[in-house]
Amino acid sequence: MSGPLTLSEASDKRLMPIEVPLPTAQLARKRALSEALVALALAGPAVFFLVVLFFLPVAAIFVIALTDWRFGATSLSFVGLSNFREVCADAGFRASLVNTVVYVSIVVPGTVILGLAIALVIEGGRSCRGLYRAIHFLPFMATLTAMAIAWEALLHPTIGLVNQALAALGLPTANWLRDENVALPILAVIGIWQNLGYAMVLFLAGLKSIPQELYNAADVDGADLWIDRLRTVTLPMLGPVTMFVVIVVALRAFEAFDTVKVLTQGGPGRASEVLLYTLYRESFEYLRTGYGAAVAVLFLAIVTTLTLVQVRFMDTKVHYQ
Amino acid sequence: MASVSIESIRKDYSLVPVLRNVSLSIADGEFLTLLGPSGCGKSTLLRILAGLEVQDAGSVRIAERVVDGLRPKRRDIAMVFQSYALYPHMSVASNMALPLRMRRLSALQRLPVLGRLLPGTAQITADIDMEVSHTAKSLGIGHLLPRKPGQLSGGQRQRVAVGRAMVRHPAVFLMDEPLSNLDAKLRVQMRAEIKELHRRLGVTFVYVTHDQAEAMTLSDRVAVMLDGELLQVAPPQDIYADPDNRRVAEFIGSPKINMFDGVVRERGLIDVAGSTLTIEADAITGTALSLGIRPEAFYLAERGGQGTLTGSVRMIEHMGSDLFVYLDLAGIDQPLIARLLAERAPHIVPGQTLHVGVRPERILLFTRDGRRLRPDRDSSKGAVTPFREVAR
Amino acid sequence: MNAGISPSRLPLSVALLRHAVLLTTGTLILLPFVWMLSLSIKPPGEIFRASFSFWPDKLYAVENYTKALSETPLLRYMGNGVLVCTMILLSQILVCAPCAYALAKLRFPGRGLLFGLVLVGLLLPHQVLALPLFALGHQLGILDTYAALIFPYIVSPFGIFLFRQFFKTIPDDLVHAARLDGVSELAIVWRIMLPMALPAVIAFSIFSLVSHWNDLFWPLIAVRDQSLMPPSLGIMAFKNEEAGNDYGPLMAASTLVVLPLVIAFLAAQKWFVEGMTGGAVK
Repeated sequence: MSGPLTLSEASDKRLMPIEVPLPTAQLARKRALSEALVALALAGPAVFFLVVLFFLPVAAIFVIALTDWRFGATSLSFVGLSNFREVCADAGFRASLVNTVVYVSIVVPGTVILGLAIALVIEGGRSCRGLYRAIHFLPFMATLTAMAIAWEALLHPTIGLVNQALAALGLPTANWLRDENVALPILAVIGIWQNLGYAMVLFLAGLKSIPQELYNAADVDGADLWIDRLRTVTLPMLGPVTMFVVIVVALRAFEAFDTVKVLTQGGPGRASEVLLYTLYRESFEYLRTGYGAAVAVLFLAIVTTLTLVQVRFMDTKVHYQ
Repeated sequence: MASVSIESIRKDYSLVPVLRNVSLSIADGEFLTLLGPSGCGKSTLLRILAGLEVQDAGSVRIAERVVDGLRPKRRDIAMVFQSYALYPHMSVASNMALPLRMRRLSALQRLPVLGRLLPGTAQITADIDMEVSHTAKSLGIGHLLPRKPGQLSGGQRQRVAVGRAMVRHPAVFLMDEPLSNLDAKLRVQMRAEIKELHRRLGVTFVYVTHDQAEAMTLSDRVAVMLDGELLQVAPPQDIYADPDNRRVAEFIGSPKINMFDGVVRERGLIDVAGSTLTIEADAITGTALSLGIRPEAFYLAERGGQGTLTGSVRMIEHMGSDLFVYLDLAGIDQPLIARLLAERAPHIVPGQTLHVGVRPERILLFTRDGRRLRPDRDSSKGAVTPFREVAR
Repeated sequence: MNAGISPSRLPLSVALLRHAVLLTTGTLILLPFVWMLSLSIKPPGEIFRASFSFWPDKLYAVENYTKALSETPLLRYMGNGVLVCTMILLSQILVCAPCAYALAKLRFPGRGLLFGLVLVGLLLPHQVLALPLFALGHQLGILDTYAALIFPYIVSPFGIFLFRQFFKTIPDDLVHAARLDGVSELAIVWRIMLPMALPAVIAFSIFSLVSHWNDLFWPLIAVRDQSLMPPSLGIMAFKNEEAGNDYGPLMAASTLVVLPLVIAFLAAQKWFVEGMTGGAVK
């Protein structure tokens, strides 16, 4: 029942002399109840799917991680933390964890610093802003699977542009995706290439929201050199945006998968295997369900911790108001 | 201590003229207000004075020195912005210290950690801190020094902005609508404080506002700006009582001045809205003129006749001590507004016929193209001359 | 008025330096695209030649693109992509908008809790849910069908969040007025809130379409049948079949997969930027 219906019921009752109008408190309760019912009806489908598709699966992943269940098996038994012990003892998983950390710690600073620098340079002048923004943003929405194939052609040991250019300059070449020392950094470079435009666009928005009067005040106060304006106004005012960019880029970097799957399959050896790829391979290629669930739980824990720590930091450090 | 002189400033924004040939001299120690509606170019003029924008033509001199092409920090000016423009990440103390640090410390000495170790930095920093705390105390914000701007009330932020401007003893204070973000009560209080500050510092103030009350109460002289032109520069009382032209007369004063079109009947008499008023001017019979009469210039007359206007009461607004009476005059769309003392004008009701009188010296006369005709008190000046031009 | 950190108009040397820097970074950014295009119009002989050039001596575009379209069901992949993305988007709007309206404009017990759940859902990395969702799909018997590609995304916490934020900015009086006119609550959502929140709807649509067009992780798990594959998975399958010998058609196929989004992006840059950054850019 909607609000106006209740209203008209009430007025109908007033028109009828025999019936005593409901006391206001009762009316208010009735109104609140009908509003709650409407809300329930409207939010119901979303709530149902949120529970079935998000929260039950999250609960399930915790449960599966504690069992020896495998796909297709009709029975399962609880094995306590043995899946986690297995995961933690596994050199492969530890390598994957380290690789992920290395990957993230290249991608995040690279993306944030380059994104900020490009945003500053674009905003530093007036001509061709839209064009430069479009060019740098393009990789972020281009299908990464297809672009990974393009990168493979670019990095191809013999016909790739990179090696051809290096050879032409007399520099040493490499088999970029098959060399265990460079495969992961190369994937990180592709990660930076893809996310750079995203960081840039966020920084551009941040720059636009800095009040012009602050720059005027800096001018009058004598902070009128480029570097002084940057230090006095621009960088401090970008603090909140920067924290946001760091969080989002870090989360995206932790979730790197497409390039690994298409370009290296975690190889050579395990040199470029990252957490999500481990999660995929253990769960769906090797069908080690319990193991995969344990990896998923650990992955979730890492990502959640990261988010919470950074949200906390953001609250205390960069909010000036 | 410095005078400011502005000569023939022009400024266009993408071919739209914002300032058309503005010239103005401000005396040393004067409080001058640029008053005008938003978009009239007053803020642009202030920003050109500050060096935040560059004029297309003309020249600015501060303390007899041409400052065109000089960066803001070299102009010996300080500015208080409408939004205060305090750096949100710095404490009040750092905000106020910044102008001094930028001037007295070299780029190396300002480096984050290393700078502190360089010779001289400690001494200069200590001096700056002392001056900042001295200024802060004189403004009554000493206890706020460690806080961030976000933790301050509007009035406190305003004081900090003033403090940041004061701390380095500029020759000229520029203020861009500094009170417009405060509530009405605080605005009145801060207005008094700014006036007191000007008296205490004795330096030149250039103050931009759209608020007539601020302009009238604060200024030594008011410069009225409309559409990128200076219309009149005069002390507040003259701006109100003796405007140079019709636009100034209409812009200043609330409720607005009553304007009527009239035709001179004979020397000293003019026909307006079916009545005849006495005016203090020689005029050729048949000249078309505009009359401006302030609402408070009217008095309640017993009966109609020469020197009075007659109309029927459309509406009455009680303002406490005063009444605003709206009169419909024959043949005029706009109602006449008279401001009458409440105690002298009892029992007025809508629909009633009312006679209001006005003394000749309270009538401001304008030519039809808006120029003021001043009364011919001194015949050698020949105030009559403009009439011929008009009559052509 | 000048914005950003430029004090006034830049001196010529600085302006030129700016363009030099941006053209350099821009070229590096575009290099994979250019190389992909370049290879897609070269004959095999030129691709494997040691010396490099961007423009082929002999244009081989028609052959490569024909081969890409004939050797793989590329059009089928793209059709699958369109179908799946459209179904996902429609169901997301259908499910999320009423919920967002309830969160934004109605008072009911548990509203805070529900919003909290939405925020948690927003932060959950979706890949973590893949294993239980795979099991669920298996139970329902819908693995390896279009339904498998769609069902995990029927509801989008981001959609609920975005719509709720936007609905909140619509004045309550408008809702009250509609109620007084006798409009039902559901009709308020569809006829008043959604049209007024059109910018949010467009931004969300772009976000949803782009994410699911580009997604590889879930399709990889959900379907094996080549005739059901969306473009990202299809192009990967093509690459694995070719095993890196036939670069021309592979690059042609990649180009065709990337092309629709790139064209749409260039046509509606502002909307894409807003959608892909989740309305953080305003």
